Amino acid sequence: MSENGEREKILRRIREALTNPAPQPGSHGHKPHSTAVPVEGFAHWLPAVGAGFDAQADLFARNSVQLKSTFHLLESEAAAAQKLAEIALAESWKRVAAHSDGANGPSTRAMVSALKLPGVWTDTGYNVHEMESCDAGVSECDALVAQTGSVLVTSRSAGGRALSVLPPHHVVLAHREQLVADLPDAFALLERKYSGKYPSFIGFITGPSRTGDIERILVLGAHGPKKLTILCW
Amino acid sequence: MATGSSQQFKTDSKRVAGDLRHRGLIQTALSKYETSRDLQKSAFQDWQGARQAAAERKWDAINHLDQYLVEFASKLEARGTKVHWATTPEQAREIILGIIREAGARSIIKSKAMTAEEIHLNEALEKAGYSVVESDLGEYIVQLRNEAPYHIVFPAMHLTRGEISALFTEKLGSAPTENPEDLTMIARNILRDKYISADVGITGANFGVAETGMISITENEGNARLTAALPRVMITLMGIEKIVAKLSDLALFLPMLATAGAGQSLTGYNSMYGGPRMQGECDGPEQYHVVLLDNSRTHLLADPEQRDALHCIRCGACLNVCPIYRNVGGHSYGTTYSGPVGSVITPHLRGLQEWKHLSQASSLCGACTEACPVKIDLHHHLLQNRRNAMAQKPVRWEKMAFHAFGFLANRPALLRALIPFGRLAQKFQWIVKGGPLDPARAWTETRDLPPIATKTFTDQWRAKKRAASSKEPVQ
Amino acid sequence: MKVTLFVPCFMNTMYPQAGMSIVSVLERLGHTVNFHEDLFCCGQPAFNAGYWDEARKVAGPVVETLAADSADAIVIGSGSCGAMLKVFYGDLFAGTPLASAAVAVGKRTWEFSDFLVTKLGVTDVGARFPAKVTFHDGCHGLRELKVKQQPRRLLEHVQGLELVEMRDSETCCGFGGTFSAKFPAISTAMGEVKCAAAVQTEAEYIVSNDSSCLMQIQGLLDRQGKPLKTMHLAEVLAHQ
Repeated sequence: MSENGEREKILRRIREALTNPAPQPGSHGHKPHSTAVPVEGFAHWLPAVGAGFDAQADLFARNSVQLKSTFHLLESEAAAAQKLAEIALAESWKRVAAHSDGANGPSTRAMVSALKLPGVWTDTGYNVHEMESCDAGVSECDALVAQTGSVLVTSRSAGGRALSVLPPHHVVLAHREQLVADLPDAFALLERKYSGKYPSFIGFITGPSRTGDIERILVLGAHGPKKLTILCW
Repeated sequence: MATGSSQQFKTDSKRVAGDLRHRGLIQTALSKYETSRDLQKSAFQDWQGARQAAAERKWDAINHLDQYLVEFASKLEARGTKVHWATTPEQAREIILGIIREAGARSIIKSKAMTAEEIHLNEALEKAGYSVVESDLGEYIVQLRNEAPYHIVFPAMHLTRGEISALFTEKLGSAPTENPEDLTMIARNILRDKYISADVGITGANFGVAETGMISITENEGNARLTAALPRVMITLMGIEKIVAKLSDLALFLPMLATAGAGQSLTGYNSMYGGPRMQGECDGPEQYHVVLLDNSRTHLLADPEQRDALHCIRCGACLNVCPIYRNVGGHSYGTTYSGPVGSVITPHLRGLQEWKHLSQASSLCGACTEACPVKIDLHHHLLQNRRNAMAQKPVRWEKMAFHAFGFLANRPALLRALIPFGRLAQKFQWIVKGGPLDPARAWTETRDLPPIATKTFTDQWRAKKRAASSKEPVQ
Repeated sequence: MKVTLFVPCFMNTMYPQAGMSIVSVLERLGHTVNFHEDLFCCGQPAFNAGYWDEARKVAGPVVETLAADSADAIVIGSGSCGAMLKVFYGDLFAGTPLASAAVAVGKRTWEFSDFLVTKLGVTDVGARFPAKVTFHDGCHGLRELKVKQQPRRLLEHVQGLELVEMRDSETCCGFGGTFSAKFPAISTAMGEVKCAAAVQTEAEYIVSNDSSCLMQIQGLLDRQGKPLKTMHLAEVLAHQ
């Protein structure tokens, strides 16, 4: 196949090019700052995160405010279910999309069913037009990242690729144990959980959808959700 | 020797540099960016340490590129992704058109991809009869205007809300509005339908992770996520230099990309894709193709002095801080990659003699190198491009002029003898100052020139020495 | 200390008072100053234009003369020429017989304010200049030689002087050597932005450690008819 021919040609050109060594980075005039450090070392340079749940939850909360996501730290599953119902009522949801095949499937199914709204369960497939008519998408997640205020999802754990981005309001159901300190920890979690059998999509969601394309003025809900709510208990 | 491209650059850059409205607009946009960038940088415990680590990770990736590309491709293929390799833009376009034809597709949605601009993909697709819609708001806007993106991260930075409103009214029939939120919603509503009905989604890639066989896409709007979720065929076009070795490298690159590029702690959506829909997954494309593009990147790779230009993570920070870019704007460059990094790499990608003028149009202030999160030695590469261009094909009169200057500089007595003539010439300069007969017109058209001093430093130094040796007081 | 002063070509011909001010300040501090009359240019114009052979013809005698010079330090009142000697001579002479001599000369070279503050540990040179002043950071000095705090610490100790920072003090003035003549429209635009920022401070003087920047800025201010005056750092420090 001519394409395989290109592959070999490109690789050959690369190997030839690399026979001449390039200088080490940061070497022009100034001494290198440090030698190569494994990823655990990255945490030394990235923004600081306090230790322990309270400090990290506080940081996640402050980041959420800045990002304009809504973060509720709740006492129990029952409190979360109640909060979800309040939101549905306040926003007059008519239809809701969700999945029940996550790690906490039964609990998620119960919470969403309790809203008594018609909707879409993505579990074994769904009609995209039906999802488009939903007012909200409710999903689980893999982690909450305190350092950046991010939600980590995958196509396997959060109901597919579209659920967390198509409906105009994305609600995340998370547990306290899912709060991790920083990005290095989040990637370590992914490796532990999925190594060798990664889902086809992994995503970090940091706030609602936004754009600054018009005169650098912030507008929410450009294509993805205008609202992001995280319920954590 | 002026080339077509250099003439066009001179004309456009002169026009835009004199456009005070443009100057003010860009100044405002970029000072907002600067404030948030500085805030985010200061949140880092050690921004300089992070830069060094990022530079080292990219050095590792690029200097073992063959090995990592092979790993990358095989991991992707193990998950049912088809990996294609293209040396030239034409090959890449053919591959993509082939995929689209075989899929029996009709409508295509695209998220932002500078490599697609590079190979002029949209034109080729439209010529073949397909409708292609840009989903990123800024790209959508410039697509409607039939324009190239102005900035690699903020494609419509050069437009006011009034201009965008007029554009939407003209092309979409929408009611005029100066409200950015309303304007965004107009685009959102139109694009909604396109996502859902598109057969093919085409994306770019910010990174390609060798270890796990995934591409990573960074965005704020969510349009790339939708492009990767809904259509039944997904194609990612990726420059071969986007490779990073490990998934965990992204823990460093993603926040640095966001900080340097947009002054954010992290961009809204950072998504990794490794294959088509897997068994047990409820959505995602049936087919996933990754098209790897060389297009002279191996040529740049073969220059060990400038190889680090391939470390670029396309954050746009160098554009944002470049005083030339700010004053001439992205379009003046006349090529896909503008700003400092564009000025460095375009001679390698598209021809040194044809594009050397971009490397010459710089005061070498070094703000770009300072800003680069992966420590590319940008402004020194501009110098190297100049040296390489002149070594290959010197400009005769210029070379002679520098030769003559060198001759004089090494003959101080001759120089001393000639300086009075310079002073004399200056006495008459006012007659022609700034006009077409003025040899110093390049300067004097807009600026006053200082006079040659009546007593040069050397004159004064010699007088001082004479006075000291004859023990007379110095005037 | 025995100090050899290197005077850039346009400082010599157009701003000699800046060079004489450096001499004056160094002598006031008790050092002996030497100057090589046969060294006119560091070779940067040809170097920046990409004509490295021609640059070596000019810079070679500079390296040879200064390598044979036994002074304790070489001082240059210019960030761009200073960078040429300290940073770029290494690149220019790499692989030639003058390679190690060029690097050695670079190591002994100091930009003027850096010499006073970092090498001599002096911040008060006994100067008096009662005026409102703003400082422009010449790019080469700032980014190649890391000169940022040194001029400010010196200005802080000048009697009667009020220092105000301008917005974007680190943004290039647009001179860039031959760039100013090859791309005059861009150079002018950059200079106009710089002048506007300086005028906004309501300072009476713009001070910098690079005469080439001052030439660009003053050239524009004069054409605009603005009263703001430029002055080399050395001239302020020589003032009593």
